[in-house]
Amino acid sequence: MRRRTLLFAALTLAALPSVPLAETGAITVERPWARASAGAADHGVAYLTLINDGSDSDKLVGAASPRADRVEIHTHDVADGVVRMRRVAAVALTPGATTVFEPGALHLMLIGLTRPLQQGERIALTLTFEHQDAVTVEVPVGPAGARGPQHGHDS
Amino acid sequence: MPLPEAVMNRRLALSVAALALMLAGLALALLQRPPADPAIETTTGTAQIGGPFELVDEDGRTVTDATYRGKWLLLFFGFTHCPDFCPTTLGDIARTLDRLGDRAERIQPLFVTVDPERDTPAVLAAYTAAFDDRIVGLTGTPAQVAAAASTFRIYFAKVAQGDDYTMDHSTVLYLMGPDGRFVTHFSSTNGSEAMARDIAERLDRN
Repeated sequence: MRRRTLLFAALTLAALPSVPLAETGAITVERPWARASAGAADHGVAYLTLINDGSDSDKLVGAASPRADRVEIHTHDVADGVVRMRRVAAVALTPGATTVFEPGALHLMLIGLTRPLQQGERIALTLTFEHQDAVTVEVPVGPAGARGPQHGHDS
Repeated sequence: MPLPEAVMNRRLALSVAALALMLAGLALALLQRPPADPAIETTTGTAQIGGPFELVDEDGRTVTDATYRGKWLLLFFGFTHCPDFCPTTLGDIARTLDRLGDRAERIQPLFVTVDPERDTPAVLAAYTAAFDDRIVGLTGTPAQVAAAASTFRIYFAKVAQGDDYTMDHSTVLYLMGPDGRFVTHFSSTNGSEAMARDIAERLDRN
């Protein structure tokens, strides 16, 4: 019995990143994950999914982490085989829309890391919105070259 | 007055043939488009990717294309201040090597920086090790890097971003044969499974 309880607890913990982690307003933050920073890199990257379950539009206008000097919203434009990374001032979150931050697209760049992001740790990330209150999530850190959160599959 | 059926059929056949020719021409034009620098004109229509290069490896040693002769090269141009795209691709390369098992011994994965200002041999060594020890980072003088990029038809450009800068760059991955000649290219969206399957087939044939 005890073993089964432990197993259940372990499974519950393993499933945690897939359940909504923060829900204070209409915007739900799901599947946050980050990559370990590589070598001496003083920057890192985090990804997540934002779901607007409300009836009003909102905007992600900023992000911050105690582990970085600043966090910027970036996106990638890939055209003719050339990738161009650009800063984004805000991300519109329309009612009912799911906005996915993922490799090769929208991402949160952590600039000026206070110390390297290491696989297995969790970092705090605070998201600021135009209307609703800021949300802080715990972001698990996966391998440097991960393509997704570690409970999913790498391609 | 309606046209005889034979004429109608011939016209239809001609139209279909013309359309097929147009599509074939379009496909050829797309295939022959250089995967990288749109500014480089190709007049022969044959792939002229790769050739002599001189760069500096993670240990500070000068290397050339001849250094790696006999090995298949899996080549990618990027930079270490690239939080998203380059780690994805280097992760794909690491996973491809893992999938290839013992076959991976015949491959030398190379990560060539397009940002030699910041990416010194030591920076590259620490960076590539985070993905796979088998990946070797190459840098050089700005002139050496520019020449290598041109040889491989890689486009790159420095772009100011606040008081910092980022690099626009080609995302293509090249597979070069043991003789140094171009074999094929992969898109960064292929993923490691497709890449490993393709490379394994080529290795097993050669």
